[in-house]
Amino acid sequence: MVHHIVGAVFVLIGALFLFLGALGIVRMPDLYNRMQTGTKATTLGNVLTMLGLGIMHPAWLLKLTLIALFVLFTNPISSHALARAAHRVGVPMTPLTVKDTLKDKKPVVKEAEV
Amino acid sequence: MQRLPSILIAIGPLWLLWIALTGSTDPEELVAGGIVAVLVAVLAGGEPFSPASLKIFQPRRFAYALAYIPYMIWAIIVANFDVARRVIAPKMPIRPGIVTVKTKLKTPVGRLALANSITLTPGTLTVDICGDELCIHWIYVAHEDIEGATREIVEGFEKYLEVIFG
Repeated sequence: MVHHIVGAVFVLIGALFLFLGALGIVRMPDLYNRMQTGTKATTLGNVLTMLGLGIMHPAWLLKLTLIALFVLFTNPISSHALARAAHRVGVPMTPLTVKDTLKDKKPVVKEAEV
Repeated sequence: MQRLPSILIAIGPLWLLWIALTGSTDPEELVAGGIVAVLVAVLAGGEPFSPASLKIFQPRRFAYALAYIPYMIWAIIVANFDVARRVIAPKMPIRPGIVTVKTKLKTPVGRLALANSITLTPGTLTVDICGDELCIHWIYVAHEDIEGATREIVEGFEKYLEVIFG
């Protein structure tokens, strides 16, 4: 019984982080900052949810660990690919932006080449 | 056929992964997993599994790799709270921007691990890599210069990754 409660608490905290990620998507001013919260404030949310489920059902723990690992390995790749593609086609950054060293480094790709 | 060693090295871990995912040791599952492991290894087996990757089992590298796991978990937790705080705060204290940092890591796999680690910690996102420079989107730019940003973002990870992949 106790492990169910402990597991549920972990799932709840995980859900809270997922909610904050969603809230960030609404509140943040541009695509890049939305990605910061939307794709990544959720890493801990995901892992905590898996951990909570693993505590509730210890038999699933190995598989859940593997799923969490897959998320941890693939999440940065997709975040990076999205951000890079967005920057290359020139998705504008918020006026709050203080610096953009990537823009100075490479000319933005022309529409036709994309 | 210089990819052959990499392919052979990849088969073992892939097969173990299959067994862990299916959670059974039925002969049928083992054979099916073996076939899939060989197929995937032939299609994808490349640099990450090159014979050089076996160096990870040298005691010093292996110890650093193990120590890197809790370090990474802690970094993710701290950064998650940091980003969560910025999301909730009514004034939204963000100061976004893309900064350049330099890495000392030489191997492609080491750089991949660094870029992924940076992206995994919320608040920093690797947008592009050019040579030994990474362009990183930072939700709160604390240092605009290369040296400061490198010290803040890269060096913590690099201490470990230098030994693991160096």
